[in-house]
Amino acid sequence: MPRLIPFLARTKGSTHGKPVGVTDVLAYGYLFLGMLIILVPILWTFATSVKPARQIDNFDTRLLPLSQIEREIPGEGVRPIYRTRDGAGENVEVFKSGPTRAMTEVAPVDDPSATFEVPRADLRPAEEIRIATENYLDPLLKRNGQDTFNFPTYLFNSVFVTLMATLITLLINAMAAFALSKYRFRGRLTFTILIVATLLIPSSIILVSLFFVVWSFGIFGSLWGVIIPAAATPTGVFLLRQYMLTIPDELLEAARMDAASEWRIFWRIVLPLSLPALSVLAILSVIWRWNDFLWPLIVLISDPAKHTLQIGLTTFSGEFDSDFNYILAMTVVSLLPVTLVFVWLQRFITTGIATTGLK
Amino acid sequence: MTAPALQLTGIRKSFGEMAVIHGIDLEIADGEFVVFVGPSGCGKSTLLRLIAGLDDPTSGDILIQGRRVNGVSESERGLAMVFQSYALYPHMSVRQNLSFGLENMRMPRADITARVDSAAELLQIGMLLDRRPGQLSGGQRQRVAIGRAIVREPVIFLFDEPLSNLDAELRLQMRVEISNLHAQLGNTMIYVTHDQVEAMTMADRIVVLRGGRIEQVGRPLDIYNTPANRFVAGFIGAPQMNFLAGTLSDGMLTLDCGFTRPMTAEGHKGPVTLGIRPESIDVDLDGAGDLRVAVRNYEQLGAITYIYCAFPNGKTLTVQLSRQIPLQRGQEIGVTFNAADFHLFGGDDERALTITERT
Repeated sequence: MPRLIPFLARTKGSTHGKPVGVTDVLAYGYLFLGMLIILVPILWTFATSVKPARQIDNFDTRLLPLSQIEREIPGEGVRPIYRTRDGAGENVEVFKSGPTRAMTEVAPVDDPSATFEVPRADLRPAEEIRIATENYLDPLLKRNGQDTFNFPTYLFNSVFVTLMATLITLLINAMAAFALSKYRFRGRLTFTILIVATLLIPSSIILVSLFFVVWSFGIFGSLWGVIIPAAATPTGVFLLRQYMLTIPDELLEAARMDAASEWRIFWRIVLPLSLPALSVLAILSVIWRWNDFLWPLIVLISDPAKHTLQIGLTTFSGEFDSDFNYILAMTVVSLLPVTLVFVWLQRFITTGIATTGLK
Repeated sequence: MTAPALQLTGIRKSFGEMAVIHGIDLEIADGEFVVFVGPSGCGKSTLLRLIAGLDDPTSGDILIQGRRVNGVSESERGLAMVFQSYALYPHMSVRQNLSFGLENMRMPRADITARVDSAAELLQIGMLLDRRPGQLSGGQRQRVAIGRAIVREPVIFLFDEPLSNLDAELRLQMRVEISNLHAQLGNTMIYVTHDQVEAMTMADRIVVLRGGRIEQVGRPLDIYNTPANRFVAGFIGAPQMNFLAGTLSDGMLTLDCGFTRPMTAEGHKGPVTLGIRPESIDVDLDGAGDLRVAVRNYEQLGAITYIYCAFPNGKTLTVQLSRQIPLQRGQEIGVTFNAADFHLFGGDDERALTITERT
């Protein structure tokens, strides 16, 4: 942590003792802008997720989570509290003792019998800052009638899909990349181009045909129906192929002289040396599979026990009413695992492996 | 009589349309240290890769200890190779690098440890066993690469320009060490280099290659003293042999630079090239001798003096003296050729002519 401040405050000339220059201003400005673009939606989601439901429904755009104070009034029950001025011009806390009209009848909290009338426009809600923990706790603990959001099941399904899909993706993409980068065979380049060319096909175009394929394989409605179609990604093959091209052929030849089978070369030499690229692909795959919505929705919609977190979020939006407080809170919860994965994996990208065994 | 360690018959290799090796026949006896030497692109490395099994010959047979190994995989030929770039596995420790090949052959763990330890002791890399290749110096990596070959206890060691990445001092040291290693182990070794000094100092036998053909095979001094043709004569020996163009007719050799000497050579007449090594020329500061030349440049190394001279017709002549003499640029000196050391090359292939009469 002590090194963080100097790191963040680095300038182009700081190592040569020069002051802040134009490049520094531009660089920091650009980075700051980028940071805002990425961070503002997440911060907004988080800030809104702790607001009370009433504030969200009122489109109250203030950043702080404010809610109207409610008090137990003897003989009246729990009533929302307002602030206004009484006849003497003093600030008092009141509650509505009659129906809301242009001149509304209110009574002070201290003395419920002393009713008086004020213009409705003069009544301001008495507000306090309150973190609406119920947005999080209700769905997670199934309180207040929120029993349709089965968080542990959804979390398990999401983790299972993400984990399996990522492992399979890494394995088969690495195998394809190994073949395309290290074996010489007729049509090697053609295959590479074909694989990369599939990037140009939008996924929604193949949705129907994919549906039929998954249906005919009998994995429709199961988690494998989400995992398998997503396993082979052209991006992954291309990324790994380009990285593996940088592994010298002599290493593979040395391993062949060392009586290593082709599988062993792949497993013991090529995979460990591709770790930086594999980490990148792992992060991408985790993010893709975790955030995946459309395809899991198609495959898994009929069985709530198979829903992933992202599908689970839809339980809060009904035909006529959406519980945005719960949606936002659960969105924040669903962000956490993928963020942790990124924090853990990014070390491998930056560290890399010292390929200095050669020369 | 036992079969030779290696036997090559009619080896040809083409990459697509391009023929790289045009028919090579060679026999290497058990325990011999053979050096393949030649300029870049002469096919020496390709030949080594064919022997190793990393490439397959287009035609011809490779026999190892009398067994035909065409189509036998590289690991089953019982060879070990030291690569130019060392090709150490960068993600493994030195110990893992050494034991990888043995593990692949499913050798018991205790045997592996014993072999690795004895190889480490032989090469004095015992204290490096837990390090990664990236933490080693060039010379240490070289030793590890040799160690990886030694633990396999191969029939033949193959070295592919192993010293070309080392600095001059280290190269000298490793040269001696590899020679000692050969004396100690007694294995057959095939060593590829473009450095004729390495070839001269290490080899039992030198194979001089050019353009995919063997130009001459022989013991180092035999090749030095009786080169088969002008190419071999020019390639072996530093500084290079002097070549002086001239004609041979009616028992008289007449060189373009004005030198004449009665001489006949196995009935050959017409244009010839006289080859004379720099150390076979003597110098007279007063200008006495066969010819007078101008000193263009000179290098005084103490024990040896190199003089770079030019004839009046512009042709250059290099002289090597094993004594110190006072010299100045532009000075005229007399040179005397020692007729006993004359080489005569003639014909289309500029092969060495047998000088039948010389004075």
